[in-house]
Amino acid sequence: MNATMGRYRAVTGHRLFWPAAVLVVMLAANTIYRPGFLSIELKDGHLYGSPIDILRLSAPLILVALGMTLVISTGGIDLSVGSVCAISGAIACMYISKQPDQNSLAVVLAALAMAFGVALVLGAWNGVLVAVIGIQPIIATLILMVAGRGLAQLITQGQIITINSEPFRAIGLGHLLTLPLAIFIALAAALVVAAFTRRTALGMIVESVGGNAEASRLAGIRSGRVVFLAYVLSAACAAIAGFMMTANVSSADGNAVGLWVELDAILAVVIGGTSLAGGRFFLSGTIIGALIIQTLTTTVYAMDISPQTSLLFKAVVVIAVCLIQAPAFRARFTRRRRNVPTPNAIADKPKEQVPA
Amino acid sequence: MTDSRPVLTMTGISKSFPGVRALHDVNFRLFPGEVHALMGENGAGKSTLIKVLTGVYDTDEGTITLDGEPVSFSGPMQATAAGVSTVFQEVNLCTNLSVAENIFIGREPRLLGAVRWGEVRRRARALLARLDLDLDVSAPLGSYSLAIQQMVAIARAIDIQARVLILDEPTSSLDAGEVAQLFRIMRQLRDEGIAILFVTHFLDQVYEIADRITVLRNGGLVGEYLTTELPQLSLVEKMIGKELDVLEGIEEHSRRDLAALEEGTPLVAVSNFGRAGAVEPFSLTIHAGEVVGLAGLLGSGRTEVARLLFGADRTDGGQVAVDGTASSLRTPAQAIDHGVGFCSENRRAEGIVADLSVRENMILAMQAARGWLRPVPRRRQDELVDKYIKALNIRPADPEVPVRNLSGGNQQKVLLARWLITEPRLLILDEPTRGIDIGAKTEIQKLVTQLSDGGMAVLFISAELEEVLRLSHKVAVMRDRQMVAQLANDDSLDADRIMQTIASGSHREEADR
Repeated sequence: MNATMGRYRAVTGHRLFWPAAVLVVMLAANTIYRPGFLSIELKDGHLYGSPIDILRLSAPLILVALGMTLVISTGGIDLSVGSVCAISGAIACMYISKQPDQNSLAVVLAALAMAFGVALVLGAWNGVLVAVIGIQPIIATLILMVAGRGLAQLITQGQIITINSEPFRAIGLGHLLTLPLAIFIALAAALVVAAFTRRTALGMIVESVGGNAEASRLAGIRSGRVVFLAYVLSAACAAIAGFMMTANVSSADGNAVGLWVELDAILAVVIGGTSLAGGRFFLSGTIIGALIIQTLTTTVYAMDISPQTSLLFKAVVVIAVCLIQAPAFRARFTRRRRNVPTPNAIADKPKEQVPA
Repeated sequence: MTDSRPVLTMTGISKSFPGVRALHDVNFRLFPGEVHALMGENGAGKSTLIKVLTGVYDTDEGTITLDGEPVSFSGPMQATAAGVSTVFQEVNLCTNLSVAENIFIGREPRLLGAVRWGEVRRRARALLARLDLDLDVSAPLGSYSLAIQQMVAIARAIDIQARVLILDEPTSSLDAGEVAQLFRIMRQLRDEGIAILFVTHFLDQVYEIADRITVLRNGGLVGEYLTTELPQLSLVEKMIGKELDVLEGIEEHSRRDLAALEEGTPLVAVSNFGRAGAVEPFSLTIHAGEVVGLAGLLGSGRTEVARLLFGADRTDGGQVAVDGTASSLRTPAQAIDHGVGFCSENRRAEGIVADLSVRENMILAMQAARGWLRPVPRRRQDELVDKYIKALNIRPADPEVPVRNLSGGNQQKVLLARWLITEPRLLILDEPTRGIDIGAKTEIQKLVTQLSDGGMAVLFISAELEEVLRLSHKVAVMRDRQMVAQLANDDSLDADRIMQTIASGSHREEADR
């Protein structure tokens, strides 16, 4: 009995348990409402079905949220990711549209390289504002969030640029081994970011700076470089997401691409267990968070919830998810039932209180 | 000078926080028309006593009476309304509002709900005139110096028919002229019959202004004295207290030949390091294998010296030579490159990264020096961490628990390990034994002697003179933000002589300033 309880605790105590549980409940609710929800079928060598759609559609959000995770871990925030999506998509589409052969792979690669390079510069701009000049991250990135939309408009000259390029379209809608290519791109990005942070000491140093900036400085960490890098990485992730978003519709609309994606990304990061105050970050949690948000969006469409109420519905679910995740909120119920404080509640208490 | 009936009495006050007994059976009384200094080191319970008095904290036990009536305030607002006004260390006024607005904010004279601005300005001018201050009451408060802002805060406090005025470290950010101005006003208010409770770390100021002194130590009352009957030396003794020497296990390693140690090129030699408002320029040399003690009361500038040497704060001027070569210590990273390590006295804010594990906290400085692209291999991390968990006897001996779950003493050891892993040549320890149990204390002291025997230089900062004497080869004494003396730890040096130096600032001629 005790062993069972212990195992139960170990499972529910895992930091990914609650996000994963929420995701499962959402999928289950969809299945009850529409029994065929989880079914996947093979057509023309491609897999189709709602789960596949959710994975494919969440790929851009996963990308943006991965970069956002690092920025938030440093104690910052990056509001400009949506604009970076729009700018990188606009540059890629604009370049391709000007070429005689839009289907040439070389043309598409050149377009991607150019747009990616510009995104890195934009990330560096954010990084300089925050890490070198010392502007508060929310303000520093707000500049590019607003100005970036204008920049995207300038690039497309106020038009919606439509292209007809098969290699570019594949980024969003192509397939590989029966699965959408976008899933592989997001997965690859996740692995690269994970290796970049966990195979080097970058992850620990970012967590240290976000957890206690002054202690990190006194330990000899030159935090400016690390913070700068986080913003560059965030912009790089946003650029790839921007390619996907524009490739999905084979057109670049400076006003619409990546609109409000920064908010969804922040939400995904928080649902994934990374604190907005900075410190420890969880890439796997972020990915589950992004899947939860996309599942929610799909659910809204699948359940024919009217557009008027869909935003409210989303808001209610998000509040519920955040509450379930909060140890303090859960502890309240646990205590009421068993009248013992949870381990979390004990750990949260300050170890020593020294009145001075 | 004083009335025979106290305006305020506090009797048998006790207050505990989880794990800490902040006040234990403390009595305090305040007479009208006196300046009463509340003295004690940090953590002695001064702030807690003030917070209990003004209702920020509830008392666990004890009674407070004002004019003979028992009172219990629910907060500073209520205390102020009853005539007990407090001016806190940090002036909590709004620098962007005008002087007059700051004085009357929250209680502006009104007519039919509208603020009577003319009346506000007129009354503000009258109030400031009472303090002999000639200010433009319409100018923003921020356009005046900190001292003036402090006095505006006092003006605000006394306007509310204050009978008791509490000044919590009002002089800590003022220069000598500004302090004189503040004291003039304090004397004037005292002569008007207001009782003033004055908290400060500056001994000179106490003897200049206070009529009576109450000393607290470790949350307990040491006693109440007339200033004229308490020499400075006795005051320092009472504040520090004589601690039982339970650490006899450590041999008197410090009495080694200082001359032998000081042969050859000093490891670090700084001259004319200083920082305006923090510490007056000082010079100091530290040789390999030497333990330099830094003694002085809290707030005397000990930590500031350490921070300058580590580059945590930048010096305003001066030179530094490492191994005889001119270099610079302008950032912590630079200092670490020169082989300097620094354990801050403020473990929580400047030491541990609470979220990270014991292992990560330990390798942080080493990793920072290598840069993020060259991670310390996991096997090497485990070796180092295991070694220091064993060597320093860290509990729990689990490298993967978040460091926040460790006790203060164990957190301190983790920080020590963080620096020892970097194999520093100079280790600066700021109050490494404060707030930790006696066992951990002994272990850390033993470690310091071992390290210095192994050739490491140590700058050891502690409020406990016995500890400084036991470990150091040379003791630098701080007083009122000046390094007033550097004393060789030979047979003639004892706690009394250091205390005398702290109290009187003699031996000034020995300081190479």
